[in-house]
Amino acid sequence: MTQRDRVHVALVGTPNCGKTALFNALTGSRQKVANYPGVTVERKSGELRSASGRAIRLIDLPGTYSLRGRSPDEDVTREFVLGRMTGEAAPDLILCVVDATSMRLAIRLALELKRTGRPMLLVLNMIDIARRRGIAIDTDKLSAELGIPVVTSIAVRKGGTDELVARIDELAHRQDANAAVGDWQPPSAADLRAAQREADRIIRVAVTEPARPDTLTGRLDAVLLHPIAGIVILFVVLFLMFQAVFSGAQPVMELISGAFGRLGALSHAMLPAGLLRSFVENGVMAGVGGVLVFLPQILILFLFILLLEDLGYMARAAFLMDRIMGSAGLHGRAFIPLLSSFACAIPGIMATRVIDDPRHRLTTILVAPLMTCSARIPVYTLVISAFIPNTHLGGWISLQGLVMFGLYAVGIASALLVAFLSNYFVWREHPTPPFMLELPDYKLPRLRSIGLGLLARAQIFLKRAGTTIFAMMVLIWFLASFPRPPEGATDPSIGYSLAAMIGNVIHPLLAPIGFNWQISVALIPGMAAREVAVAALGTVYAIEGGKEAATEIGTMLATKWSLATALAFLAWYVFAPQCASTLAVIRRETGSWRWMAATFAYMLTLAYAAAFVTYHLARLLGAG
Amino acid sequence: MDMSSAPTERDLGLPLGLADCGFTGEIESVRAESCASGITDDELERRLIELGFVEGASVEILHEGIFRRDPIAVRVHGLTIALRRREAMAIRVRRTSAQSCR
Repeated sequence: MTQRDRVHVALVGTPNCGKTALFNALTGSRQKVANYPGVTVERKSGELRSASGRAIRLIDLPGTYSLRGRSPDEDVTREFVLGRMTGEAAPDLILCVVDATSMRLAIRLALELKRTGRPMLLVLNMIDIARRRGIAIDTDKLSAELGIPVVTSIAVRKGGTDELVARIDELAHRQDANAAVGDWQPPSAADLRAAQREADRIIRVAVTEPARPDTLTGRLDAVLLHPIAGIVILFVVLFLMFQAVFSGAQPVMELISGAFGRLGALSHAMLPAGLLRSFVENGVMAGVGGVLVFLPQILILFLFILLLEDLGYMARAAFLMDRIMGSAGLHGRAFIPLLSSFACAIPGIMATRVIDDPRHRLTTILVAPLMTCSARIPVYTLVISAFIPNTHLGGWISLQGLVMFGLYAVGIASALLVAFLSNYFVWREHPTPPFMLELPDYKLPRLRSIGLGLLARAQIFLKRAGTTIFAMMVLIWFLASFPRPPEGATDPSIGYSLAAMIGNVIHPLLAPIGFNWQISVALIPGMAAREVAVAALGTVYAIEGGKEAATEIGTMLATKWSLATALAFLAWYVFAPQCASTLAVIRRETGSWRWMAATFAYMLTLAYAAAFVTYHLARLLGAG
Repeated sequence: MDMSSAPTERDLGLPLGLADCGFTGEIESVRAESCASGITDDELERRLIELGFVEGASVEILHEGIFRRDPIAVRVHGLTIALRRREAMAIRVRRTSAQSCR
């Protein structure tokens, strides 16, 4: 190779063709996720080495039915394949991934890809499932009819991709000879019809389908897509998901907080009293530790989302929710981004790229931050466990869990309401765009894929805890510790600090909603990430109250706040636009400061109003 | 009114958007006309074809939603596609056998 040391291979395929599983099988943990310059589409690439020692760089492109490109995601696939992507050369080889159990649309895509003139290799993935179902594919005939080499693979089995890698190696060897002049043009309806007929003809020639197709998916769907039972099951699944997040994570969380408690005690014993000890104990242990504790909950939530997606259930959920979401002016497809937003609004907002209509995409982006993201979990859990009694209603429904569920419900309801209002007032004139979605066959989730997905999420979270959250903790500790109190001062030293000064300046604004100056000051670093507010409260109260407060922020809060303040704080966090990264993603995705400012303003207004109403209502009811 | 200017259902086939759950048939034509979908008729037609709705393909309505029996899940040539009845109006079908969903 002359200009490059590696062969660049692009993975292209229809949605649900098992492309990601194949990518994971080929590259394992040697993956890198980044963004394409200028767009927020994720660029997934990975490295592998063939038996002959050739270095191969694999790029996983967004799934698409056509190169026409109807969403930012699909545009990336076309631009990349055609070599028009800024900073990216055209791929040396296109791997067209085809689900061997469902070839019809994929073969049409392959015919379209052929017109780009790039060297191509067709991969019949999941060939094991196809054989088990009695689908016989004559790969030689298929290859001859298509005019491109064909190889089979089983992404989920060890050694299932050996032949594929060997063929990539072999084709890369003669890449120069393979390149042809492309004449791809956006196909018209007539072109598409003709291509689909040709694809159907090729399949008739090369593939023998069984008389009896797969019935498992049909039997499952008879229940899961039942108009009534289906919706009931969907809500049961969501309810179980939240129960698992809150009860399943408990033992691991206690383990983590116990470890931090011991580390805190250890540093207390080893370090001399003074600034360093205060920094380690109050800044690092109480702050960062207070946030790391929530890793298990976040991972359980992502585990459910990844499992449901791999199972093929997510598309069903979108089907079931389409009308319900439609009445709020949202697209059925918005269900998946909004569900992801329960984990974090950022991947949720990025997932709105699958909504091709710009207006519906914008509505979804605007309401996504109202879904209760996992960064709110620390805030909610802390306040709930400090103020809501740990009793069980009717013996098995935990009251704390119920309050948590209620907070989620308020988030969902307000998201639907905001979507409805913005649709009604802003975009009344525009008809709703079509909802069309493939419902893939159910597949057993691949543990390896899920493991890799969870690993990536854990890394992102730990990196955030190590960088953003840590930096904010240092800042808060500094503000709360300096300037030092004058000699002979009797009040807690924090009363003389910068934090107290700042808190007292903002406090008058927040006093009507029942917030004290400690909350006011904790809200500022909370802009970096919601859960930082918990850590900041931990640090502020730890410095104020001494060592015992550092380990038990919850108990501390219970003595310092009234119930009305606690409830107002919860109400504030349902709406508060307290996440700089989310705002930045909104700015990037909508390409406008205006929408970012609009989101910030409407959420802040709602937060203040909700906290105000909650605070005063609670006081009227005697919780002051 | 002259019958030739008002084509009957027999001429053009039944719009899939009006078919009941359990309907089994074959696609006669795919042609979007003033579909009010927020996209052009030509674009809707292309999207339907990209999902496999071409003339001659066999279709079956497998499921429908609870509200106004919408959206519908359609089995088309071995693939299941969810779509709303409004867009399914662009697909004209001919019944091949009588069956019911439930």
